[in-house]
Amino acid sequence: MSDAHAEPTAEATWQGGGSPFAVGHKKLGMWLFIVSDALTFGALLMAYSYLRVANDWPTPFDFYPAIIFSSVMTLVLLSSSLTMVFGVSCASKGDRAGTKKWIWATILGGLLFVVLHSYEWNHLIHEGLTPFSSPYGTPLFGATFFTLTGLHMTHVAIGVVYLAVIANGFGRGKYDAEDVEVVGLYWHFVDLVWMFIFPMVYLLSTKV
Amino acid sequence: MATEVAEHLEVHRHPEPTNFWTKYIFSIDHKVIGIQYIILAIVAVFVGMALSLLVRLRLVWPDKPIEILGTLFPVGAPEGVMTPEFYLAMLTMHGTMMVFMVLTTAPQGGFGNYILPIQIGAADMAFPTLNMLSFWTTFVSFVTLCAAFFVQGGAPIAGWTAYPPLSALDEATIGGYGQDLWLLSIAFFCIGSLLGALNFIVTTLQLRAKGLTMMRLPLTVWTWFVTAILGLLAFGVLLSAGVLLLMDRLGGTSFFIPGGLLVNDIPIDHTGGSPILWQHLFWFFGHPEVYIAILPGMGVTSHILATFARKPVFGYKAMVYAVVAIGALGFVVWGHHMFVSGMSPYSGFVFSVLTMCIGVPSAIKTFNWIGTLWGGKIRFTTPMLYSIGFVSLFVTGGISGIFLGQPSVDLFFHDTYFVVAHFHLIMGVAAIFGMFAGVAFWFPKFFGRMMSEGMGKVHFWLTFLGVYAIFGPMHYLGVIAHPRRYAETTSVDYLGAAGANEIHYFVTMAAMITVTVQCLFLINVVWSLFKGKRVTSDNPWEATTLEWVTATPPAHDNFEGRIPTVNHGPYEFSVPGAPRDYVMQCNAPDAAPARKSGE
Ligand code: HEM
Ligand SMILES: [Cu+2]
Repeated sequence: MSDAHAEPTAEATWQGGGSPFAVGHKKLGMWLFIVSDALTFGALLMAYSYLRVANDWPTPFDFYPAIIFSSVMTLVLLSSSLTMVFGVSCASKGDRAGTKKWIWATILGGLLFVVLHSYEWNHLIHEGLTPFSSPYGTPLFGATFFTLTGLHMTHVAIGVVYLAVIANGFGRGKYDAEDVEVVGLYWHFVDLVWMFIFPMVYLLSTKV
Repeated sequence: MATEVAEHLEVHRHPEPTNFWTKYIFSIDHKVIGIQYIILAIVAVFVGMALSLLVRLRLVWPDKPIEILGTLFPVGAPEGVMTPEFYLAMLTMHGTMMVFMVLTTAPQGGFGNYILPIQIGAADMAFPTLNMLSFWTTFVSFVTLCAAFFVQGGAPIAGWTAYPPLSALDEATIGGYGQDLWLLSIAFFCIGSLLGALNFIVTTLQLRAKGLTMMRLPLTVWTWFVTAILGLLAFGVLLSAGVLLLMDRLGGTSFFIPGGLLVNDIPIDHTGGSPILWQHLFWFFGHPEVYIAILPGMGVTSHILATFARKPVFGYKAMVYAVVAIGALGFVVWGHHMFVSGMSPYSGFVFSVLTMCIGVPSAIKTFNWIGTLWGGKIRFTTPMLYSIGFVSLFVTGGISGIFLGQPSVDLFFHDTYFVVAHFHLIMGVAAIFGMFAGVAFWFPKFFGRMMSEGMGKVHFWLTFLGVYAIFGPMHYLGVIAHPRRYAETTSVDYLGAAGANEIHYFVTMAAMITVTVQCLFLINVVWSLFKGKRVTSDNPWEATTLEWVTATPPAHDNFEGRIPTVNHGPYEFSVPGAPRDYVMQCNAPDAAPARKSGE
């Protein structure tokens, strides 16, 4: 046994005593969380596709408001990913004020998404769409719609809180650049999931 | 940037807790958490065994009143006679307890938690607080599951696989909240397991001591690592499926409930769903789950066989590749549980071929175990006996698996006792033998005392013969087309004529004896805790891996601040030219003159 304190190295190494990918625990942990969460969403999207193929699926979404609305939401979410990138870049340069500013811009995007989405939900609920009934045809339409978008919206909401915590803590020096990068990973993932939900749930159900 | 990464890699050295609550209850020490998982599993296994005895009693004496049952369960067993629903409820809870609360907790969360960080030379897991959360989430899951016994309507009856529509519709059962609690419990369990899996993977990748390359990892670490990957990929899917089913029950959706259904002449007001969808989602999780249960046992077995045969593991690299192959193939064979679900014969064919492919790495492992024993200077200690028992059970259960993997044969065997025999031997009992081996092997490290070899050997032989006596005859029951999950078959002519009643009687007797014998194990543990022979060295088995260089029991941060450097492979036994017949992983580089270290 060596008495020397084995100091972890910063280079990528598979030899032990360091990280194989030269990343911190939290970052690797977030990647793994993303993998498992991708499977959770993947299972739901598979279930949705399965049920969609097995049933006579309605295509009720008008160009206005549903598609316009969801496109704007997509744009908002994509922009918030962009602001997140700026935030991470500022953080790696040690620019605390800049980081904070960009993360708050990202939070704003997230909040706007949630507001728009709630408005859209509200509209559909007024038309009579619920998880167990649908004015457009098979009730599964509502069930899958609310499950998929609901779980996604939950992720966005959690992300907004998470971002706020990091923005605040980073400003006070409690978190460092890697923590910002990690929340960024999460945020991009939530964005990516939407890039599946948007075409599969909205675009494929456009009235033709 | 560089220093920052290094900072994030700092081994967690949390201060030693001083108060009872932070030391033993809400501990973030991986060793305490490991023991907590093991205790949870022991409680669950005894509950599960008691349930299995009820199941067995009902099968042999379907209408004989058992007074005490009438007092305990006035609804489930009026006047002491178990209703068929009660039988199914006990069966469901038995399966769920065993599969989730026993086989998925102790091998990974228990032994893995305790041993893995030490074997890789780490002070703790990468995320100690998350580790604590995993355990307590699992604990909540366990309590939720137990609560299902006590709510109105009683425990669920849809089996551990919870197939809809039975699991989805109250019209099909007595109703009540049992199934809802079951689903809730599974959802908690998924979350706890996901957090745990994430922690294990990060720990294994990031916290290995200097010199501990992947190809120098003990096989135990490899199997825990691959098990964690399986868990990470499988539990998310079960979580989704469980939430959907819960919505079907509580939210009025119909993901899994087809249209036009009549249950007990009541038309069901649901349309569009598919019960087959549940089967796909469930078994996409379910097959990897059986490997989650068995892989750690394989690791422990490999480890112990080498230690007590005083030989390096035969074909170490092949063993590693086999574990990885089993893990990967495990994700593409789920359809073999669904051959009779009406799937296309072409899909059935593909699933069948892929299933057969898993036989190859499994056979590689078996032959390598035998190769490890071959020509060794074998020491027949109790852990060694349990490990050899593991190999035997794994082979027996594996062979019946090859039968079941053929769609044409499975058409007949599906949902018969042949299946019950198969999965109990290969998954239930084999994995449990892995745990017995683990307890006997690491007990001296946990508590500083040896377990009683005498009691251990008696327990081994009685259990080994007992489980074969229970599950061996069930193969025959399957061959005579005895369906499983039926509460009452004593008056079925074709079964009676083939001798099923006598066999059930024999099996029930064997089960009662075997369950009783398990008390001997418990007695051995308790006796050895207080009266066992004190260990005289930190390495009583003369083993090679890092857990044997720590103090006994290991200090709070395992290595007392002196993280070892690794210079050797994990199984350097009988090294020619070395002063002793083993070289520990952290011995000086020149300790093994003749053989090149590592690889
Ligand atoms: C004392 C030893 C045991 C006995 C006597 C026993 C007995 C039984 C019996 C009689 C059945 C019901 C067969 C049927 O009617 O379908 C059963 C089912 C089952 N057992 Fe065991 N068992 C034992 C140990 C275990 C262990 C260690 C496991 C852990 C994996 C386990 C897992 C299961 C599962 C998953 C089922 C299927 C439950 C279902 O289909 O809902 N058993 N067992
Ligand atoms: Cu399987």
